[in-house]
Amino acid sequence: MSLLNTPQGNQPRWRSWLLTDTPTSRNHARVASLYQGWLSFRGNSMAMFGLIILVLLVLIAIFAPLLAPHDPFVQDLANRLKPLATDGHILGTDSLGRDILSRLIYGARITLYIVILVALIAPVAGLFVGTVAGYVGGWVDTILMRITDIFLAFPRLVLALAFVAALGAGIENAVIAISLTAWPPYARIARAETLTIRNSDYISAVKLQGAGPFRIITRHIWPLCISSLIVRVTLDMAGIILAAAGLGFLGLGAQPPSPEWGAMISEGRKFILDYWWVATLPGLAIFLVSLAFNLLGDGLRDVLDPKDDGS
Amino acid sequence: MSGIILEKLNVWFDTPETRVDAVKNVSLRVEQGESVGLVGESGSGKSTILRALTGLVPTWSGAMEVAGEKLGRQRSRHFYKKVQMVFQDPYASLHPRHSVDQVLSETLRLHGFNEIDRRISNLLTDVGLGPSFRFRYPHQLSGGQRQRVAIARALAPEPEILLLDEPTSALDVSVQAEILNLLVDLRQEHHLTYLMVSHDLAVVGHMCQQIAVMQLGEIVEIMPVAEMRELKPKHSYSRHLLESSLGYKRADD
Amino acid sequence: MTRLDVENLWVKFPTRNGIFDAVRGVSFSLGEERLGIVGESGSGKSMTGRAILRLIRKPGQVTANHISLDGEDLLKLSERKMRSVRGQHISMIMQDPKFSLNPVMTVGEQMMESYTLQVKGPRFQAKDKVLEMLDAVAIRDPGRVFNAYPHELSGGMGQRVMIAMMLIPDPDILIADEPTSALDVSVQMQVLNILDKLVRDRGMGLIFISHDLNLVSSFCDRVLIMYAGRIVEACAADKLHEAKHPYTQGLLKSLPRLDSPQERLEVLDRDPAWAETDSVSGVT
Repeated sequence: MSLLNTPQGNQPRWRSWLLTDTPTSRNHARVASLYQGWLSFRGNSMAMFGLIILVLLVLIAIFAPLLAPHDPFVQDLANRLKPLATDGHILGTDSLGRDILSRLIYGARITLYIVILVALIAPVAGLFVGTVAGYVGGWVDTILMRITDIFLAFPRLVLALAFVAALGAGIENAVIAISLTAWPPYARIARAETLTIRNSDYISAVKLQGAGPFRIITRHIWPLCISSLIVRVTLDMAGIILAAAGLGFLGLGAQPPSPEWGAMISEGRKFILDYWWVATLPGLAIFLVSLAFNLLGDGLRDVLDPKDDGS
Repeated sequence: MSGIILEKLNVWFDTPETRVDAVKNVSLRVEQGESVGLVGESGSGKSTILRALTGLVPTWSGAMEVAGEKLGRQRSRHFYKKVQMVFQDPYASLHPRHSVDQVLSETLRLHGFNEIDRRISNLLTDVGLGPSFRFRYPHQLSGGQRQRVAIARALAPEPEILLLDEPTSALDVSVQAEILNLLVDLRQEHHLTYLMVSHDLAVVGHMCQQIAVMQLGEIVEIMPVAEMRELKPKHSYSRHLLESSLGYKRADD
Repeated sequence: MTRLDVENLWVKFPTRNGIFDAVRGVSFSLGEERLGIVGESGSGKSMTGRAILRLIRKPGQVTANHISLDGEDLLKLSERKMRSVRGQHISMIMQDPKFSLNPVMTVGEQMMESYTLQVKGPRFQAKDKVLEMLDAVAIRDPGRVFNAYPHELSGGMGQRVMIAMMLIPDPDILIADEPTSALDVSVQMQVLNILDKLVRDRGMGLIFISHDLNLVSSFCDRVLIMYAGRIVEACAADKLHEAKHPYTQGLLKSLPRLDSPQERLEVLDRDPAWAETDSVSGVT
């Protein structure tokens, strides 16, 4: 487009440096394309809202000891089930008199821990299985995809329950169980992308340089699959948080007294009619974070998915 | 010494139901330093010959020899150092997430070259792009510039033979002229042998000395370019192609 | 007789760095003739064709003093009225038939649907009419094509089906955007023959958008040459080779020629002034 080459009149120098079409070094090119992606992401206000919530979540998790007004584990049976806006307990206390706000703040750490672990395990496994199956084809493809089908055939929570039952309850096992049930869709996506990329001219071109399958998969196919996987992972994150909360609710995830949000709902369930906030507040936290991930995923799809460029 | 020899080459594609014969019993000789054109309509099998030569289509029978080396099922890295290909669509032949620098440096490394920086800037100069293009991504390049990058990639291993698969059919005519001139210059400078596929007789006539006309997977006629310029091909299909390429003739006049 | 009259047409696209003008103040008219619009990619030739039918997608904007079809300004019509113009008075053929036909409906169903939408006649009549149209575009076995799905047709066949479909409402004007550039030369000639016949037999106006100068000069009556969103030259098609504008001359010279071999092709030297001079009028 000729238009992008026109000089930008009244822009600061760093901005035109970042928006240039003629980068002068490897790093310049990388930074410039990141900045241009950021600009189109920033145009999406809902996605920005999601991003801000998630940044806040990360900050809260990091600075939890400074932010929390109370120790999340200290019980105070004299002050149990205090309502909202009680002196010293803005969000009230639970059935053991623990400060709900502090427990929510520390719970952010657990939520992030689950999210990060699952996001590291499931898509990577899916990417690996999917691209290998798609690129190699033949019987490798058949075997890998049938295994994927078997995993897909079980309802996620039931499969996770079975794993946790076999491995024992606990947050790590819950993460492993969720990851094991979450990877097959990613493998499917990665395989579908690989099938279209595999026959493209730029893959043929690099084959003509004598590149082997390992290099082609890791250097040429992965970078193109990763963006759609990132989008899918962020959109799935809500489901993963809910699955973790569900396991916590069933008593198979985080164990008491851990302030995991799902487990908190489970504890508050007994009093939900008389003391609604005990179960509702962690529910709201789960809702907010899930929503934030969904909005972020939508925004990322617009930036990372070059398919509908409009041009 | 000959550049490319094809003898009784058959290429087919296996589909679950049937076998499609794309190239049938083709024999062709390209001498070293010569430039030969393959023309024909879509589905005539002209591009398939290039793909079989480069090993991208493994289902073939017959004999192929390139620069004195008999070809088997597998191609060695040594082969790709001698033979390179430029693809039809520059919008599809460059990896969308790789900058010019990445494309060229990866190619050079795969072929075991040193002094990558110097070689990249030489290649870019050779194809008429300045060093300022080195760190751009494909979306920051025009069609002609992309095709120049693709040509630079093909030149990187310093090949003897360049296979050109409709290198200008996706480009505007003014850009086509630039790319064709570039290819003519490069052939002289680097003593290259060209085997060029095109549906455009004028382009092939400009670039090549020998022209092979293909129809439905077979070569129906091989003629020197002068014969075609005088508009007297022997085979009726060649004549038909030639007449159609000269512009529209009203049915009644 | 002038059927279509376009005056001062602009197509603008807002972008991150300001407004991009794809078409900049173009004026032309169309009678019962074959009008060629040639130019390179980005010259605005396709946008001009789409703008006439108001098919520019948001956020693109079309402005003009007027785009009149038989005296009625298309820019003033409601979107509903515009739809009936698109169906009945002006039709458009795109470059690739693959993207214009619905892959899960047979050719016959699709054509009958567009017929019943426009003519509102009984179905048996629709089928007869569709078969007649398929026959009119030189399809040898209309019955087989009627029951075929688009993927079962070759490129040339698909393009002929598209033309037949566009002809059902008997339009006054046909806009053909690179209708033959995806086709092989021999099929290309057949398609052109059909278009040619329609102009002569039905008195249709044809806007033929193409990048192929030789083709346009041999097929059309009149040619507009576009560059950077403007018309730089308008001339009779058979006089194209005597064109005056350096851009047109440059384009012609950059083509390799079978009859006169040359060592090197001339390369077009673009003068920035070309983009700045005002548009030439294409009104007759």
